[in-house]
Amino acid sequence: MSTATETRTPDGATPAIGGQLATFWLDGDLYGVEVAHVQEVLRSQSLTRVPLAPTAVAGLINLRGQVVTAIELRERLGRPPRPADTDAVVIVVRLHGEAVSLLVDAIADVVDVDPADFEAPPDTLDGTARDLIRGAFKLDGQLLLALDVHKAVSA
Amino acid sequence: MDGLDDIVEEFLVESHENLDQLDTDLVALEQEPNSRERLSSIFRTIHTIKGTSGFLAFNRLEEVAHVGENMLSRLRDGALDLTPTRTSVLLRMVDTVRSLLASIEATGGEGTVDVSAVVAEISAAMEDRPAEAAAPAPAAPVAEVAAAAGTEAAEAPAAAKPARKTARKPAVEAPVAAAPAVVEVAEVPAPRPAPAAETEHAPAAPSADDNSPARRAVADSTIRVDVDLLDELMLLVGELVLTRNQIVQYVGRSNDTDLVRASQRLNLIASELQEGVMKTRMQPIDHIWSKLPRVVRDLGIQCGKNVRLEMEGKDTELDKTLLEAVKDPLTHLVRNSVDHGIETPDARRGAGKPAEGVLTLRAKHESGQVVVEVADDGAGIDPAKIGAKAVERGVVTEAQLARMTPTDVLQMIFLPGFSTAAAVTNVSGRGVGMDVVKTNIEAIGGTIEVESVAGKGTVCRLRIPLTLAIVPALTVECAGDRYAIPQISLQELVSLDAEKAANAVEEVGGAPVYRLRGELLPLVRLTDVLGLTSDRHDGHVVIAVLRSEGRRFGLVVDRVINTEEIVVKAVGGQLKAIGLYSGATVLGDGTVALILDVQALARRALRAESAERQEARVAAAVAAKDTEGQRERMLLASIGGGRRVAIPLDTVTRLEQVRTENVERVGNREVVQYRGAILPIVRLDRHLGAYGESDREVLEVIVYSDHGRSVAIVVEEILDIVDGEAAIRSDIEDMGLLGSAVLGEKVTELLDVRAAILAADPAFYTAGPAHSTPEGVSASLMEV
Repeated sequence: MSTATETRTPDGATPAIGGQLATFWLDGDLYGVEVAHVQEVLRSQSLTRVPLAPTAVAGLINLRGQVVTAIELRERLGRPPRPADTDAVVIVVRLHGEAVSLLVDAIADVVDVDPADFEAPPDTLDGTARDLIRGAFKLDGQLLLALDVHKAVSA
Repeated sequence: MDGLDDIVEEFLVESHENLDQLDTDLVALEQEPNSRERLSSIFRTIHTIKGTSGFLAFNRLEEVAHVGENMLSRLRDGALDLTPTRTSVLLRMVDTVRSLLASIEATGGEGTVDVSAVVAEISAAMEDRPAEAAAPAPAAPVAEVAAAAGTEAAEAPAAAKPARKTARKPAVEAPVAAAPAVVEVAEVPAPRPAPAAETEHAPAAPSADDNSPARRAVADSTIRVDVDLLDELMLLVGELVLTRNQIVQYVGRSNDTDLVRASQRLNLIASELQEGVMKTRMQPIDHIWSKLPRVVRDLGIQCGKNVRLEMEGKDTELDKTLLEAVKDPLTHLVRNSVDHGIETPDARRGAGKPAEGVLTLRAKHESGQVVVEVADDGAGIDPAKIGAKAVERGVVTEAQLARMTPTDVLQMIFLPGFSTAAAVTNVSGRGVGMDVVKTNIEAIGGTIEVESVAGKGTVCRLRIPLTLAIVPALTVECAGDRYAIPQISLQELVSLDAEKAANAVEEVGGAPVYRLRGELLPLVRLTDVLGLTSDRHDGHVVIAVLRSEGRRFGLVVDRVINTEEIVVKAVGGQLKAIGLYSGATVLGDGTVALILDVQALARRALRAESAERQEARVAAAVAAKDTEGQRERMLLASIGGGRRVAIPLDTVTRLEQVRTENVERVGNREVVQYRGAILPIVRLDRHLGAYGESDREVLEVIVYSDHGRSVAIVVEEILDIVDGEAAIRSDIEDMGLLGSAVLGEKVTELLDVRAAILAADPAFYTAGPAHSTPEGVSASLMEV
C-alpha cells in the first residue's frame, strides 16, 4: 500500500520521506504530512454527524459546495478526545483526486526535513498509531512524526 | 492524410447510424413486406455504404454491400419476395458490414473479416426460387441493373457489366450506364412518387420514411460535444443551483426590493439554465430501443415464437448516462419476455389468444421520473409457484409467505437467490439474472417492480430518475440532524398529533404499524435505524410513506422540513460502506445533509426487524409449548449501563480475553488476530446502544464459530450461566434483541445473536466455506 501510494505523489519525490512537511499539533505531539497532499487549512467548521459511521469519522463538512469527510485524527491515533473548550483545525488533503479532511489541534509551520534525520517509529508507539506513523524526524528539541496520510484517512 | 482520416471517420459515424436504422427497417419490413418505402430506405442505406466504401477503397465492404444491394433492388422491384430466410441473410449482411466497420475503426483497414460466406449466402438466397430461375438466374450478380431497368430479359450482360461499376459513383456515371440509370429513376416514381429521386442522392435527400428525415435533419443542425464537457457543465450548474438556493434563502429575510428582484431573476435564470444543460444530455429512449426489434425478431425465431414488438413513447428523453445504464437491463427484460413470457403459437392458440404475441415497450414522463414498461401478453407469473419455490429454496418460510401479498411474492423474482435457480426459470418462466437487472437499476437511483396476471401477461416497470445529478428530495429532521429522502421513493406523508398517534399507531407482535386506509403499514423509526435518540417528545408522529421493492413502509421521522432540489454529492468510501446513505448534499443554508438510501433502509429495517423477528417469536412460542420443562442454558453478560444480556449457550464457542491494543481495523470494522485467523468484532454495547466504558485494557469476548467462520462479541463482563426459563418473558424489545426475560431474578434482554453476528460480519451466513442455511442461528434460538 505505502509503496504504491508513494509512487503517486505528485512531486515525484523519492519514497524516502524528505522535502517539505506541513506540521500540526495533536495531543502535545508534532506531526507532519507531505505538503503536496495538503490542499488547504481551515478553521473549525460545522460538522454533520454520520450515524453508524466508524468512530474516527467526525462528520461531513461543506467545503465550498463540496462534501468532504472529516476524520478525527485523535480518535484515529487512539488519543483522548479533544478538550471541549478547544476548536479543531481542519486540514484538507487531496488523495487520488478526492478531498478528505483531518481534524487536528493546531497547525504549525511548514518544515524542511532532511532524510538523514529520519528514523523508524519509536518502540514506545502503541498499536493503532504505529500503523499510521511512518517514522520520526529528529528536529532540534522536538520529534516530528511523519503521518502516513493514506492510511490515516482510510478509517 | 488527416483529410482522409476525417472522411473515414465521418463515413464510420454515418454508417453506424444508418445501420441501426437498417436493423429497424428490415424487421419492420417483415411485418409489411410490400412497403416500398421501407425497401427504398434500406436500399438507400446500403447503396450509400457501397458507394462510399468503393470511393475509400474498402473492397470487401463494397463487395458485401454490392451483393446486398443486388438483392434489395430485386426485392424492391418485386422480382423477389421477402422471405424470413432472405431477411435473415440481409441481417447477416448488416452484421458483416458492422464488423468490417469495426475493423476499419480499430485498425484503419478491413482486417481479416471474411466476407465470402455471406456473399455466397446472399447469392444463394436470391436464387432459391426455381420459378424465376430461367432468365434472371445467370444474371444474378448483375441483377441490380437488370431488375432496376424493369426489362430484365431484354438487358444484355454487356450493358450490365459497366453499369455495375458505375453504381459505385452514381453521380459521375459513364454514358454507357446512363440508360439503366435513367430507367431506374423513371420507373420508380410511378408507384411512389415522392422519394423517388433519392435513390441516387441517398445521403443528403430527405425521405418520406418514418423517422429518418428527423435524423438526417438533426445531423445537419447539430454539433458533436464531448460528454465530459457536458458533465463538467452539469457539475457547475449543480453548484449554481446550490448557490442560488442559498441566496434565495438569505434574500428572503431582506427588505431590499432591488435585491429581491435580482434574486428572483437569478432564481429563474438558474432554473432555466439547469433545465437547458440537462436537456443537452438528454437523448430519446429510441436510441436504445432501436436495437430491440432485431433482438426480439432473432430471439423469436430462435424460440419458435411469433412476437410483435410495439413501442410507445419513443421520443421520451432521459439523461445519456442513464440511458447507457438502462440499456442492458432493458435488453435483458425484453429477452426474458420473449424467451419465457410469451408462449409458443400453439400454446397461445390453446389458451384462446392470437398466435402472435405482443411485446410492448412504453416510456413516459411521470412526476419527474421516466417510467419504462416492458409488457408482454404471455403466460404471466403465478405467485403460488414463485412462493412455493421461494419456500423450497429457503428464501422465506411458509409462515412468512402466508403473510405476503401476491404483489410482494412476485417481487421475489428479484432476489439474488432466485436468479441462479434454473428450476425456477422452468416453472415460473422468469428469474434469470433479474437480481442483476434490479441491482443495475437501483445503482442509478431507479426502482423496478413487476406486475403479472396469470394467463394475461406480465409488466415490468422501471422508474428512472430524469438525471442523476439533481434530484427532488424531501428533507426531514431526525434527532436534530437533517436527512434527504429522494422523492422517487416517497409516496405520501402522514402527520399524527399526539392524541391520534396514541390510537393509530398499534403494535403487531411488538412491531409498530399504522393503519393507512385500512392497510397495515409497518413503521420504521429512523432514530432506531441510525442508533440515535429522538428529540421529539410531544407524541407527534410524522410518517413518510416510502416504497421500495414493491413494499411499502412508513419511516417515522421527527419533522418534515420541506422539499427541494438537491445536488447529489458522492460520499467517501468510509461512508459508502455503511450502506445506508446514497450520498450527501449541501442544503440551502449551507449545511451538509446525508441522503438516505431508501432501498438499503428497507432491506435493513424490514427484513431484519419485522419478518424475521416475528418469525423467531412465533417459533419460540410454539417451541416453548412443545418442549415444556426443557430449559436452555444461557450465558449472562453485562454490557454496561446496568443492562444484562442473555445469550444462548449453544451459540457460544469459547470465551476469551483480548487486549484492547490488539484490536485492529479492517476498513471500518474492528478485528483481532486470533489463532491465526482474523476475527471480526462486534461491541455489544455499541450494537445495542448501551454506553459501556470504552477505555478498558482487556476486552471480554464471546467467540462464536460456525462452518469455519468466527466472530467475536465484546461484552463488559461475563456474569453467569443460568437455565433459561421460557415462562417469564415479555415483548419489550429494541434493536438487536428478541425480547426480555427474568433470569436470576433480574430482567435480562435476550440477544438476537444473528443480528449481532451480522453486525460484525455481514457475510457470515452467506459466504461461509461450507453451506450454511440462513436460518442456522435462528433455529437454535427457537429452542428456547
